[in-house]
Amino acid sequence: MENRDNAISVAGLTKRFGSFTAVDHITFDVGRGEIFGFLGANGAGKTTAMRMLCGLSVPTSGTGRVAGYDIISQPEEVKRHIGYMSQKFSLYGELTVKENLRLFSSIYGMSAARFREVSQRLVKDLEMTGMENTLVKDIPVGWKQKLAFVSATMHSPEVVFLDEPTGGVDPVTRRKFWELIYKASSEGMTVFVTTHYLDEAEYCNRVSIMVDGKISALDSPSALKEKYHASTMDEVFRTVAKDAVRTE
Amino acid sequence: MTAAIEISGITKRYGNVTALDGVSFRIEPGELFGLIGPDGAGKSSLYRILATLALPDSGSAKVCGLDVAADYRVLRTRIGYMPEKFSFYQDLTVTENLHFFASLFGVSVRENFPLIAPIFGQLEKFPDRKAGALSGGMKQKLALSCALIHRPEILLLDEPTTGVDAVSRSEFWEMLSQLTRSGITILVSTSYMDEATRCGRIAMINEGHILAVDSPAALAGSLGENLYNAVAPDMFGLLTQLRMMPDVIDCYTFGATLHLVAAPGFSPGETVAALTHSGLRDVRIYPAQGDIEDLFIKQIRDGK
Amino acid sequence: MSILQSLVKKEMLHIFRDRRTVTITLVMPLVLLLLFGFAISTEVNDVRVVAVVERHTDGSRAIIERLRANPYITFQGLTAPGDVDYLLRSGQTDAALFLREEGGRQSAQIMVDAANTTVAQASTAYLRSIIAGPGTVSPVLTNTLYNPQLNSAYNFVPGIMGMIFILICAIMTSVSIVSEKETGTMDLLLVSPVRPRAVILGKLIPYFLLSCVILAVMLTIAYTVLGLPVSSSIADVILLSLVYIVLSLSVGLLVSAIASTRLTALIVSAVVFMLPVIMLSGMIFPIDNMPEVLQWLSCVIPARWYTAAMRKLMIQELGLEYVVEELVILLSMTGVILLVALKKFNTRK
Repeated sequence: MENRDNAISVAGLTKRFGSFTAVDHITFDVGRGEIFGFLGANGAGKTTAMRMLCGLSVPTSGTGRVAGYDIISQPEEVKRHIGYMSQKFSLYGELTVKENLRLFSSIYGMSAARFREVSQRLVKDLEMTGMENTLVKDIPVGWKQKLAFVSATMHSPEVVFLDEPTGGVDPVTRRKFWELIYKASSEGMTVFVTTHYLDEAEYCNRVSIMVDGKISALDSPSALKEKYHASTMDEVFRTVAKDAVRTE
Repeated sequence: MTAAIEISGITKRYGNVTALDGVSFRIEPGELFGLIGPDGAGKSSLYRILATLALPDSGSAKVCGLDVAADYRVLRTRIGYMPEKFSFYQDLTVTENLHFFASLFGVSVRENFPLIAPIFGQLEKFPDRKAGALSGGMKQKLALSCALIHRPEILLLDEPTTGVDAVSRSEFWEMLSQLTRSGITILVSTSYMDEATRCGRIAMINEGHILAVDSPAALAGSLGENLYNAVAPDMFGLLTQLRMMPDVIDCYTFGATLHLVAAPGFSPGETVAALTHSGLRDVRIYPAQGDIEDLFIKQIRDGK
Repeated sequence: MSILQSLVKKEMLHIFRDRRTVTITLVMPLVLLLLFGFAISTEVNDVRVVAVVERHTDGSRAIIERLRANPYITFQGLTAPGDVDYLLRSGQTDAALFLREEGGRQSAQIMVDAANTTVAQASTAYLRSIIAGPGTVSPVLTNTLYNPQLNSAYNFVPGIMGMIFILICAIMTSVSIVSEKETGTMDLLLVSPVRPRAVILGKLIPYFLLSCVILAVMLTIAYTVLGLPVSSSIADVILLSLVYIVLSLSVGLLVSAIASTRLTALIVSAVVFMLPVIMLSGMIFPIDNMPEVLQWLSCVIPARWYTAAMRKLMIQELGLEYVVEELVILLSMTGVILLVALKKFNTRK
């Protein structure tokens, strides 16, 4: 049964590379406006699963819908209705703040008029007024992070995928970043996020933990802590992931 | 007793960026010492100076009692350095890498194998696998083995756990504790604040400045803040409301709860009442125990 | 095993594990030599010609006859004056010969497609001599020395060798060093007790050996397939080439000291060294015909001296005493570049 209210809906999604099953029949739904934490050990299959959800990789079997579009038959539509941000690549360092914003606005098909409308507000929201013409490589890490998030979400996608968005960032900036996530989610955007910081897992509405290609646990942080008799998500993660056979 | 590492007033600039600004601290032999700070704090610059790869603009450092600038040649035989990236040869096999690094220091793998045996462990199963084809955790172990093969007195590990999952990170810290028991001094950097508790002592670094140096427990104890936990079903609503209250100095997310830094005269009861009045349900506020992360946030806040 | 031995062994493993690069390195010189030797020839031996004759006379008939008989010319027939433009434009013919008689004297006009200047010049020359005909002027006797068949392969061999060594030595050495900088292993080598000069030697020796193999392959081809005259100067050719190989390796070392990424190393080697080598070494364009500025510039291109010396040794079959100037220049260049590269390599920042 397909639920129209789900931003992401996946059933039996599987990806094999030769004899290796990277993602093994995963099934889950993410509701609209939900913050969904996608955790797992290195090599558990997170990246592969995320690539399939973004329409970048074709599943071996199983079905999935993201933002109302089929990830197998309508990957182009999927890409148009999602945002994606990764820690490794997000912005062009040799372009200014404004140029980056303009670039991403055109990549996501925003009109020049619409961009002029929103760009002032975006820069103000980012508290970056006066820095519009600074090269991105010269701005502090924390601001890059925020700018990357805004770039990935300014076309108001239904779902935004964040791949380890806060790696190496100081605790204050990390928290400011999560406040951006909260704000986006309160405005109805669905957030799908991976992280190695387990305190960040607590900020999610629901969390899934992947082990060896399968989803071993999926629930709200409080329910998971109760189930595994743990006081923190860190303990939950260790309990669930300690039996992982494979590493990357 | 001579210090294992003694850093005095090191400053390092790259162009007009000051990566390190008058950094000083001292590490005793046998310590597991953590350098905790975010990316861009200056950790790697300090490592490059201690590893004799770079020279400070001013200030000096002694490692094993040897000056990093003057005695670098002798010093190089006595330290083991593991840079931020897992640096070994991807197209050589596990064994070839290990033997190559041993030969650089003129030692044989056999004579020092007992030292790395607990770390090398699983790697022994595939000696002929190309290093590039190893898993993340395995790469980390191979890099550590290569840095240890000449039995250094001091290990300099620059962000060895970045991008590694929580379980592997935990295992890695176990290995480090074991190594210190065998007498090796370790300076390890990390941007994960929760790893601070794994170290005997830590230095907190941000924007090229050392914020504090002490044991994690002492540092957490020195916080000196009126700290509370706050929870409610609507966490984001709670956060925005609390920030606007006059006797709340700061409020930030902290795992499952919010941490609230209260001004003197703060009353949890009155606050809950006020919040309930403005429409928030099931608010609970109770005292919290601060840790390194709270201290870091305080330091950054005070610095501004 | 000594440190140097293990550095060399490690480098050899890198080289031979990367099958694709090894293959390219060994096959490319072969392909280039054979390509330049056989396929790319500057001799023009098939000029297509049409003729426009206003009124046939004995003179014009004789010229047409000679056109038909000339082995270098394909005579395509007579055509109307109005068609010439179209034929040249559409590339169906290379040249048109207009013949008319004015007051009893035969006059001729040549129209030639100069899109390819080599073909145009050659066809004009051929046609002139055909028009002039036998006996009209006393024939000029040309005596080509050293390369009696005017075989263009001869000329290219020294040039190609000059290019290959810069290409392989400079690019491969610089890329292999810079890639160690990128992956961080260079830092590990430098923090070990290994002296920087051992690190450098460990890099240079394997590529020197590889270059020797390439040299052997190229000389074999040149002396067998391309039929260069085997003479006593072979030993000198090898000596000069070894000097040039060391020079090229030093250039690679210098590039690696400047570049911080593989891409930069590749671009610097290719653009800064490859292009000038091709353009200014005299391999394709004769240096004496260049503007003076370029002639001066060509003096700093190592390949210019190498190519010049190799021509003397391989084609003119002269002895080493005739290339002393080139040898001295190449040796001093090697010394200077090596010194700068080593100095750059050593600094701790």
